[in-house]
Amino acid sequence: MSGCRDWLAHLVLGLGAALFLLPIWLAFCAATLDPAAIDRGELSLVPRLDHLGVFLEVLRHGGPGVGPVWRMLAVSAAMALAIALGKIAISILSAYAVVFFRFPFRRTAFWIIFVTLMLPVEVRIIPTYAVMADLHFIDTFQGLTVPLIASATATLLFRQTFVAIPDELLEAARMDGAGPLRFLWDVVLPVSAANLAALFVILFVYGWNQYLWPLLAATSPRLDTVVIGIVKMIGIDTSTEWNKVMATAVLALVPPVLVVVGLQRWFVKGLTEGEK
Amino acid sequence: MTADLVLEGVHKSYGQSAVLHGIDLALAAGEMLVIVGASGCGKSTLLRLVAGLESLTAGRVLLAGQDITARDPAARDIAMVFQNYALYPHMSVFDNMAYGLRIRGRSRSEIARRVEETAALLGLGELLARKPRQLSGGQRQRVAMGRAIVREPKLFLFDEPLSNLDAKLRVSMRAEIRRLQRRLGVTSLYVTHDQVEAMTLGDRLLVLHQGRAVQLATPMEVFERPADSYVAGFIGAPAMNFLSATLLPGGGGADLGPLGRLEFADGPRPGPAGRRLTLGIRPEHVALDPAGIPFTVDLVEPLGSETVLIGRLPQGEMLALKRAGGPPPAETLAIVLPPAQFHVFDAASGLRLDPARAAG
Repeated sequence: MSGCRDWLAHLVLGLGAALFLLPIWLAFCAATLDPAAIDRGELSLVPRLDHLGVFLEVLRHGGPGVGPVWRMLAVSAAMALAIALGKIAISILSAYAVVFFRFPFRRTAFWIIFVTLMLPVEVRIIPTYAVMADLHFIDTFQGLTVPLIASATATLLFRQTFVAIPDELLEAARMDGAGPLRFLWDVVLPVSAANLAALFVILFVYGWNQYLWPLLAATSPRLDTVVIGIVKMIGIDTSTEWNKVMATAVLALVPPVLVVVGLQRWFVKGLTEGEK
Repeated sequence: MTADLVLEGVHKSYGQSAVLHGIDLALAAGEMLVIVGASGCGKSTLLRLVAGLESLTAGRVLLAGQDITARDPAARDIAMVFQNYALYPHMSVFDNMAYGLRIRGRSRSEIARRVEETAALLGLGELLARKPRQLSGGQRQRVAMGRAIVREPKLFLFDEPLSNLDAKLRVSMRAEIRRLQRRLGVTSLYVTHDQVEAMTLGDRLLVLHQGRAVQLATPMEVFERPADSYVAGFIGAPAMNFLSATLLPGGGGADLGPLGRLEFADGPRPGPAGRRLTLGIRPEHVALDPAGIPFTVDLVEPLGSETVLIGRLPQGEMLALKRAGGPPPAETLAIVLPPAQFHVFDAASGLRLDPARAAG
């Protein structure tokens, strides 16, 4: 009975995996085809292994309208890292304040943070742009990242983690002589390490996939992220070199996948482990 | 002996509700004082006030002659053992014990020496590299004590440290805490709701009831001369039996109604005739006597070397008695209540009434 169920479970899992992998495989194969073949709609499920050089070529030289892909990957990585780490730093501090300190309007502060969940970048994009313009942040790396850093989601997640830390641990640390920053660094952060890693994965992928804000905030090619680059390569008037677009798209998938795979043990632990 | 820890008029209220109504206390150096009371009596709050984890509404706390009322917990030179151990889960046993010393900026070699000495004292030498989750409950409790001992504080606070352990371990840890505290000679406050712990551990007991100190005395004095009917019922297992009575003219005895009259063995009590009394007698003092009052057994609790019988007197009063040996031969027994064993309390205030001469 259980053997049969196992078999069925594996079949469903396999089908699901195939469903997710198919578009990626298609993109990979398309990258190795002739541009003209794709224009004619002749998609193949068999890659042409003699054309694998296209990946190196876009990495080094880019395509029509954009610089080398390695540069755009670097910009994307820097942006995603800055957003993920910035969000984590700010969220930890605000969650720490809300959970462990008694100050006037603590609940109000928490609810104001909560309400910003309803104000993603897309909703506040025009005022945000105006603020960034006043700060002369347009077309700079700060302009690309800072507006995306404030994060209610991460604050809420950390709040839940911190609330679960037993009061006695705080009291023991106070008796031991740890001040607030020492307690944060020596106890709270190590105890929440798994949640931290899980959140880093989510936020890195979130930062990596940003499209709308980078499109607005950075116009110079030196700040092109790889997501922007892919769109720029799809020309409107000129003929598009689809193989290069596909190659770039496949390359753009690699870093987030590496982050997820690298941290997956922590990721699962952080999302499933309840008791501290 | 000089007083080491002194509490003066300690009050604590949360908003409108008062939790502690003025506690005065003085501990001699090296003394172990056990604070005992039912849950919600304010005993843990009192401990946390001494620790500095809560602030006093009024009053003062002095330790070794210095007023520490307003000091931060870390600056009080006090160590505390928590009920659920409160070990840092991500740190090894060594790091858990060393943490307080590291924060105080002790040298690496001094920390290593002190932690190892303390670990040896507690039999934790083999476990220093382990994480708390790899330890048993008893071992965790030892580490929590080690963390307190290693700091060599002026005062130990114990907040029901044994209540998470199983019964057998509790007994052995109880003895160990007593042995360690004597050996180290550190003044200690120990909070518990368990009267056996209170009786066995304390040099003196403080019985708290609804935020007031009801009695402060040695364990045997609390047992033999409870200050009021609450203490009398709280200390001792099974609990003391209580009977209603009124004072006879002259104060030399009490009228127990249908149960007859009782001559006080130790002298007359003060007060007008007819004063309402509560008479208490411990279950172990109720004796079997064929010529006595009939007693119908409802419940038999054999404890091995002795047996507790719970039953009724002819008028329906519940009574417990303890006798050596196994269950009784019959369901109806005859008992006597020896006059010398009675404790006399005022029914209205609950306060103990001593013979007029001794009280005067």
